[in-house]
Amino acid sequence: MPRLSQWLIRAALLYLLAGFTVGALLLGHKGVPFHPALWSWLPAHIEFLLIGWIMQLTMGVAYWILPRFWDKPRHAHLVYAQTAFVLLNVGIWLVVIGGLWRDGRSLLWLGRAMELGAAVAFARYTWGRVVGREG
Amino acid sequence: MPSLTRWYLKSGLLYLTAALLLGLILVLPFRDRLPLFVHYLSPAYFHLFMVGWVTQMIFGVIYWMFPIISRARPRGNEMVGWASYLLLNSGLLLRVLVEPLHGSQSNSSLGWLLALSALLQWLAAVLFVILAWPRVKERYRGE
Repeated sequence: MPRLSQWLIRAALLYLLAGFTVGALLLGHKGVPFHPALWSWLPAHIEFLLIGWIMQLTMGVAYWILPRFWDKPRHAHLVYAQTAFVLLNVGIWLVVIGGLWRDGRSLLWLGRAMELGAAVAFARYTWGRVVGREG
Repeated sequence: MPSLTRWYLKSGLLYLTAALLLGLILVLPFRDRLPLFVHYLSPAYFHLFMVGWVTQMIFGVIYWMFPIISRARPRGNEMVGWASYLLLNSGLLLRVLVEPLHGSQSNSSLGWLLALSALLQWLAAVLFVILAWPRVKERYRGE
């Protein structure tokens, strides 16, 4: 498993933990209410699990599994995939902070834009590796 | 394919079916005439899909396909994997049963069962991360 996949997948596992932790607090609060402000963490729960866990894990596995280039460098345009990793993780936290903070609309917007940038950069990188047996 | 993966994948397929069946029930034209607890099933529908199907399929495939740790202990401590599977499924099923009843009755003892369901699912995630973490690595080369 290449180094970047390890980063993406380890980050995804950490988001799985974060998402399940927030989710467990929300579900526990639904059963035995202990703090009304917890409901404001619902968007963070969704963000951690959909983008941080599922999207990032998928990117990590795709980077690992998809056919590599025959000639060196076997991971051409690696900078696009690395950029996607950074943009995605900064974006997730900006979306979460922007969603929790009352005046965080611009952070929310910036975070979503960074997530979009991550998707575009990862698509740019991955495109050339989606090939048939003939290359 | 290891036995634990087969349990994850087959359970996932059952949850997928259950989630889509529930999705159908939630849009029935005579939904308003169904018992009150049916109106509280939307979170159960969503979590049957995302936890029961998507997450469980991912867990099963990770346990199966990620690089092995060593020839002697290829997938780490299998008991941790089984504990995670049992905790996730018992927690999710408990939620699906209790949440709509709690919503329609506001019974305090049901509330504690909901909190227990949260704890079970959280422990499942913690154990799975402990199990999967050492397998996020380079291919095993026999050292």
